[in-house]
This record gives sequence, structure tokens and C-alpha cells, in this order.
Amino acid sequence: MLVNENIAIEHGLKSDEYKKICKLLKRTPNLTELGIFSAMWNEHCSYKSSRLHLKKLPTKGKKVIQGPGENAGVIDIEDGDAIVFKIESHNHPSFIEPYQGAATGVGGIMRDVFTMGARPIANLNSIHFGSTQHKKTKNLLRGVVHGIGGYGNCMGVPTIAGQTSFDSSYNGNILVNAMTLGLVKKNKIFYSKAAGLDKPVIYVGSKTGRDGIHGASMASASFDEKIEEKKPTVQVGDPFTEKLLLEACLELMEGDSIIAIQDMGAAGLTSSSIEMASKGNLGIEINLNKVPCRESQMTPYEIMLSESQERMLIILEKGKEELAKKIFDKWNLDFSVIGKTTNSKNIELFFDNKQVAKIPVNTLVENSPMYDRKWKKTKLPKKNKFKKDVYNDLKIQDILKKILSNPNICSKEWIWQQYDHTVMGDTIQKPGGDSGVVRVHGTEKAVAASVDSSAVYCWAHPLTGGKQVVAENWRNLVSVGATPIAITNCLNFGSPENEENMGEFVECVQGIGEASKYLNFPVVSGNVSFYNQTKEVGIKPTPSIGGVGLIKDYKKMITMDFKENNNIVLIIGKTEGHMDQSLFARIILDKKNGPPPEVNLFNEKNNGQSLLSLIEKGLVKSAHDISLGGIIVALSKMCIKGNRGIKLNKAKNLINEIEYLFAEDQGRYIIEINQKDLNEVNKILDKNSVYHEELGIIIEKDMIINSKTKVSIDELKSYNTNWFSNYMSS
Amino acid sequence: MKSSVITFPGSNCDRDMDVALNKFGFKNKMVWHDDNELPKSDLVVLPGGFSYGDYLRCGSMASKSKIMKSVINFAKSGGLVMGICNGFQILVETGLVPGVLLRNKYLEFICKNVFIKPANKKNLYFKNIDKNILEFHIAHNEGNYFCTNDQLKEIEDNNQIAIYYCNNKGQIEDKFNPNGSIKNIAGIFNKEKNVLGMMPHPERMIDQCLSGEDGSLFFKNLINNIKNAS
Repeated sequence: MLVNENIAIEHGLKSDEYKKICKLLKRTPNLTELGIFSAMWNEHCSYKSSRLHLKKLPTKGKKVIQGPGENAGVIDIEDGDAIVFKIESHNHPSFIEPYQGAATGVGGIMRDVFTMGARPIANLNSIHFGSTQHKKTKNLLRGVVHGIGGYGNCMGVPTIAGQTSFDSSYNGNILVNAMTLGLVKKNKIFYSKAAGLDKPVIYVGSKTGRDGIHGASMASASFDEKIEEKKPTVQVGDPFTEKLLLEACLELMEGDSIIAIQDMGAAGLTSSSIEMASKGNLGIEINLNKVPCRESQMTPYEIMLSESQERMLIILEKGKEELAKKIFDKWNLDFSVIGKTTNSKNIELFFDNKQVAKIPVNTLVENSPMYDRKWKKTKLPKKNKFKKDVYNDLKIQDILKKILSNPNICSKEWIWQQYDHTVMGDTIQKPGGDSGVVRVHGTEKAVAASVDSSAVYCWAHPLTGGKQVVAENWRNLVSVGATPIAITNCLNFGSPENEENMGEFVECVQGIGEASKYLNFPVVSGNVSFYNQTKEVGIKPTPSIGGVGLIKDYKKMITMDFKENNNIVLIIGKTEGHMDQSLFARIILDKKNGPPPEVNLFNEKNNGQSLLSLIEKGLVKSAHDISLGGIIVALSKMCIKGNRGIKLNKAKNLINEIEYLFAEDQGRYIIEINQKDLNEVNKILDKNSVYHEELGIIIEKDMIINSKTKVSIDELKSYNTNWFSNYMSS
Repeated sequence: MKSSVITFPGSNCDRDMDVALNKFGFKNKMVWHDDNELPKSDLVVLPGGFSYGDYLRCGSMASKSKIMKSVINFAKSGGLVMGICNGFQILVETGLVPGVLLRNKYLEFICKNVFIKPANKKNLYFKNIDKNILEFHIAHNEGNYFCTNDQLKEIEDNNQIAIYYCNNKGQIEDKFNPNGSIKNIAGIFNKEKNVLGMMPHPERMIDQCLSGEDGSLFFKNLINNIKNAS
């Protein structure tokens, strides 16, 4: 078939991009070459709309071993150990085929991590669905949860934390973000940079089939009514093969045979081979007849663009082929020498003894398009003035019931019970806490991880929202006693070709950058997912932040459950009564306008560091950060988990009681301390100029809010735990 | 005491079992499924996981692997063989213990702590254990134990039921049954009581900071019983 501009446009390329290709090649590309360009130049692979802005993120730090640009980021956790981690989206395929979409999302991110030589030790996820009333939501949710479990459980990697939200803006575009942490020795990290001439290029893993062809291009476009037709672009996962691939790769990595290794993810053999060559400033030659294929008569075009899962590309030291083959044979995996590195700086493909493609590597990578898209700034909305009499008819207990059973607040046990969260025998904090925590096997250390997003805040004011998500993530790590080290981000947005959506992206990234810089919490890896939109309607801007922290002595880990009667409950951080964009304002008052709570980075850092010093001294019995729903929701969760109650003091501030309990001011934590430690705690907090006050005292089994309001812990539990299973079985 | 843990392609609790056995005094060896001979062992464990991806039927392909001939001979000559979770599914497929394991009643994977009650203590696994109700952990998709009425009668007549799902007070009722197993059965013996298959994972309960410590109790007791019997 002769290539022309129309065919290029069918491949998702723009007219001027096609012209650029012809100019770079000084000829018309053939179909295989066009396919390769379209795979490398789509939004998903090239980051053409986001690169300019991502450059502004802080990516360096004392603990950073590898920042963005590799398969995953790497941080130092001392004693020669390092954690490899990354988050990635699989939104588009999960909407089309929820089970496989979510499963291969989990499989893909684990591959990114073990490609670098790390054994995966924890999985997390952030999943977002449309309104609970929408007809597709339940099936999508069930499929996604089964898919995440199906893959992670089979791999034997615990899923230790996650986040689930519902919002009608996801009705036509759900989000599935998967994150993996792996453990590696600092001196045994593997990279994807090719080196040396004439080195064998090895294909290992599953055979190549016709699934997932143009998956990355599909993920670089908006949805329309014909989206169901895109099903063949969704990959099919085989976690069993991936488990074998993991063990085989780690076995080979024990030696010194590997020069470079790269998993075949988005855009399959195309992007893996080109990225390795590009990083090494080399050429690469591949004989496509040597690629193990699942189906007969696959064309070079199909082989290069297939996104079949569970495959890796390795550049080996010469002479190590036999040794490597033996390992892959043992694990029953395909192994084939498909090519070699060259000094031509071209990617050259051969099929049936004919050259079928020849493209200079730099045209695909360095010369890929980069756009400075137009974007619109979002003004800070005006604050609502809530007249105090709007609260007069409200009963606190009724509001509490409504909020605790809200789908975005209620217990997600229905979900995480379907994930194996205890395999590997090191999970010391299960899902449902502020962070998941796993021990570093065989040591006194533990790593904590949390994934967070606040689409409503980001939508109301992207700059503040971007800062808030990073701050909340930092607080979730601090709350379990972990020193936050670094983050990975998954940036889920609508179309970058729409000025408003692009503005949301630019300002969220700016907010993320400001907060991570101030908190010394650099971004070491990530991924951008644009075009989460159906026709003209985009999702609310949803950056997901996955943070990792270190606990030096795992016995000092903190959980949120109240521990002992008569202990004192303190709040750290000042409650100003910010109601706009709070859950209360949105679901009780039905007010959807106004600014999100302000983020004061000085207070965030100071409050967090002060709490960590209290924890280090052994003064904190339980802790929980205050986020969605305010003080009362945070307290309810601590009561439910600890099966204990609290008698609240009268608020010292002169603000209204409802505002005091439900406001979503930032930078706040609730902590439990023993009476005998009160003076010492007060002294330390005062010395650090941390605002704090006594909230109440822990009692037997009721939450006593004021003289008129008393709720039993059993009632709180029933509000919080029943919604999900009722919904799923209705 | 010497133990062996078999690794099949897709096993994923083999390391956890190795850690647990070593922690409580076994000298454990990892054995590859494609080997012919078992090393000398006082206990052989088939660990949890997804051998062969659970394809075809859970445990069916693993039950035909090379090493299993040797494991079956070891069991038939009275050696202690314990199958946990996927290991239980493999044991069922070999016919060493009766019955089958179906998909969980509510069609969902379940990962949580459960209480179990040993049916009796006249066997090397639970003899002398100083608790009547233990808190173990389950994580499975196909743990719904089923057998025919005739089989059930035989199992009961021979005291082959090893453990039941119950609540923290030891009540064995349908509402404490996590997966729909017939009679709340969580584990089963062969007639001679040297082969035990069970869904719960004692190896995930060996540290207070994990899910609990009743697994420690189980392993300490087991190694003592083996020592005293030999």
C-alpha cells in the first residue's frame, strides 16, 4: 500500500506532522515506517504536549538515584538498598475492556519495575469511576477490581493501598492508575541504555500476537460513540507468564550478562528497540523473521506495533547467549536472538531477506514534535459567604451518617479484600490506613506508600489543587511515621488541544512542582494521560500522586486506630473553617463553587516534621491526617478502627461548631497521646511554633460530640461499612 | 528437622513458607518441580500460589509434574505432606486427599483473617496445640471445598476433617464460612492423617506485626510433634 497524507491522518498523525516525516526521511515512508512514526509520535509515547511543562518539575535530591527518563524512578533507602517505583495510567483500555485493561495496567507497571532489576514488593492503585447512579459504573468497577486482583494476586505481589472515587465527570472515561514499588540493591540496578557495537539483541517472554496493535495511539485520542469498536486495541494479560518472566529476568540479572534491558510496553517492539538505541546513541538491526509469533503470517507492520504483553528486549554481552537461553528455557519462555546493535544510528528492519524499514533513530526521538499548546489560566474563585443560619436546621448526627456513607468516604473493604495484601509476609500496614507499609525483607526498615488525588480541588483551582495533592500525600506518609522521600505522578487530564484542559494541566503541574520543591519531595517518575474525554467533555483534572517514605525502625510505625481509654486527642494545625469545596458544602449544601482550601507549605512542612519528631520520641499512640470530610470524619475513622469512642471538648475557636467539625483546612493531623506525655508534647509543639489544641479524650464506646449529640461506635461503623457491599449487591 | 518446599512455575508463597519453616527450626530446602528426587525430609510442603496460572483447573497441571511422583510415594509411605492453598488444590488433584475445591461462593477472591477450629488433635499437625481456636489468614479464589455425600460420610467416619471455619468463639456456622465450603471445612486429611490440605496460610501469621501470631504457634507445635514422634 502506498502511503499518503490520508493514511497518515488515519494513523492519528496531523497533516504537518506527516509533512515533517517526509522531510526528515527525504522521501515518503512506507506503511511499516509510517506505523512506527505514528507509534513514537503519539501523545502517549512522545509527551509532545506535556514535555515543555514537565521539565519544570523538581526531579533531583540527595536520595534520588534515578529521576524521570528511565523505566522507573529509583531512590536510596540506605544500607545499599534502593526502591524503584512508578505509577502509570491504563485509562482508555480499562473503559473499553475493564478486566483486561486494568490487569495489563498492573502487569505493565510491574514490568517497568523489574526491568530495572528490582523485585516488586508492593502494588497500589488509584481508580476513578463515574456517578454511582450511572448504568456502566458497577460493571466497570467490578471488572477493574477483578482485573487488578487477577494480575497482582497471581504475581504474588501484595496490593497494600489505593484510592477509589466516584464523580460524574468520569462517566465516559474512567481512570485506572497502577503503581508498583520494587526493592533492589543499589549496585545492581539495570538501565535501558544500549552500549557497544555488534551486541546481540534478545527477545524474551511471550510470543507476539495481534493484540493491542495501536494501543498507544488509541490512548492518545478522545472517545466517541464508536469506542466499542476499539476493543482489539486492548491487550490481553497473562500474569502467569509474567511471573515466570520476573523470576527468569531476576535470575539472569544475578550475573553480569545484561548490558541493557527494556520492557515492551506501549508501542511494543517499536518503542523498546528505539529507546534503547536512542539512549546509547547507536543503531539497531532487527530480523523480524526471528521474532516469536503467536499467529501465522504476521506482517512487519503488525509485529512492530503489537502490544502483546509479558515481553522484554535485552542487549546481552556477546557470548552470554547460551547461558541466558538456559535460564529462559528453564522457565519455559521464548528466547530469540533477533538482531544486533550497529553504528548506523538507524533502526533497520529486515523481513524475508528484504529491508522493510530504515529510519534514523534521532528522527523518531529527538525530532519528535513538541508543542507549546495554548492554555487558559484559572482564576481563584470567590469564597462563598455561608450565613450561619443555613446550619441551624442541620443535625450533626444526620450529616455524619450521610457523609460517612458517601461513596467517596465509606470503607473500601469490599475492594481491597479482593486483593492479596499479605503475600510476601511483610505487610505491616494493610489497606485502609493512611499509607500501606511493607517491611524491607529481613531488615528493621519499612517503606510506606500512599497514592492520592483531589480532582474536585484541582478542578476548582488547579494551582492550589496541584499543591494540595502533594501535601496530602506527604501527610499520609508522615501519619504512619515515615519520612517522605519522593513521588511519582500520573497526570490524568482531558484534551491538550482544549485551552481550558491544557490550562488545568499546566497549573496543576506548577502546583505539584511548587509543593514538591518546598517539601523536598522530588518527582522521580511518572506518566501523562491526556484525552480522557468523550467528544467535548473532559474529566475533572486528576493528577494522582504516589509517594514513598522510609521508616527506619518498623516497630515505630503508627496506625490510626485509637489505642487506649483516657488518652488525650490533640489536633495539630489550625482550623480556620474553610467550607468551600468541602464534602459538606458539596453534598449537604449542594454548593459546588468557591475555592479549595489554601495550602500553606510552611505549615505543612513544619507540622509534618514536628509530628515526625514526636513519633521518633515514641510519644504518639495513633495518628491520622485530616482530609476529605474534616475533623469529624477523621475522628470517626480512628474510633471505628480502634473500637473506642471520644468525648470532644468544646471548640476553643470562636467559629461555628459545624464549620469546626466539617471544614477541610489543610496541614492538620489528629494524634493520640498518653496523659503523662502531654507536657512534653506541648513543649515540643510550642517550641516549633506548631498550632495545636486538645480535641478530647478517648472513652469506651461512644462519640460524644456535644451535650445533645452522642453516636455509638457501632452506629458509626454501620454508616461507614455497609454502603459498598450493599451497592455492589443491589 | 528437615523440610522441603516445592516450587512450581507460578508458586508465590514458596519463599514465605521457607521463611516460616526456618524461623521455627526446620532446615528447609527449596525443591524444583522438575527434579526427580525429594531430598531427605521430615516434612514436605506444597506452597500457595498460582501454579501454571491456575489454567485448566487449579493445581491440575502441577499435580502431574515430575517431583510429584516422589512426593506421592513419600506420602504413601507415611511421610508428612502439607499443602497450603494452591498446595491443597494440588493435593486434591493427586487424589491424596478426597474432594474438590470450587470457585468461592460469591465469585470473588477473598483475602482476610479467619478463625479456624481443629476438628480433633489426634494427629501430628494439631496434637498438643494449646489453643482450640486459631486465627489464620486466607487468600484465595477457589477454596470452596466440595465432595459427594458418600465421600463426606467416609471422611467423617474416618475423622478426616482437619479444621473448620468458625468465629472467635468456635461456633461453626454458615455465616462464618467465607467461601461456601461444605460443612465449613477449611482443611482435610488423608485417612492416615499424615497428609494435610488446607486453605488458610499459617505462614502469614508468624509475627505480631503481621496479621497475628497463631501461625507461630502452629509451626512451633508441629516441629515439636515431629521431634517427639521420631
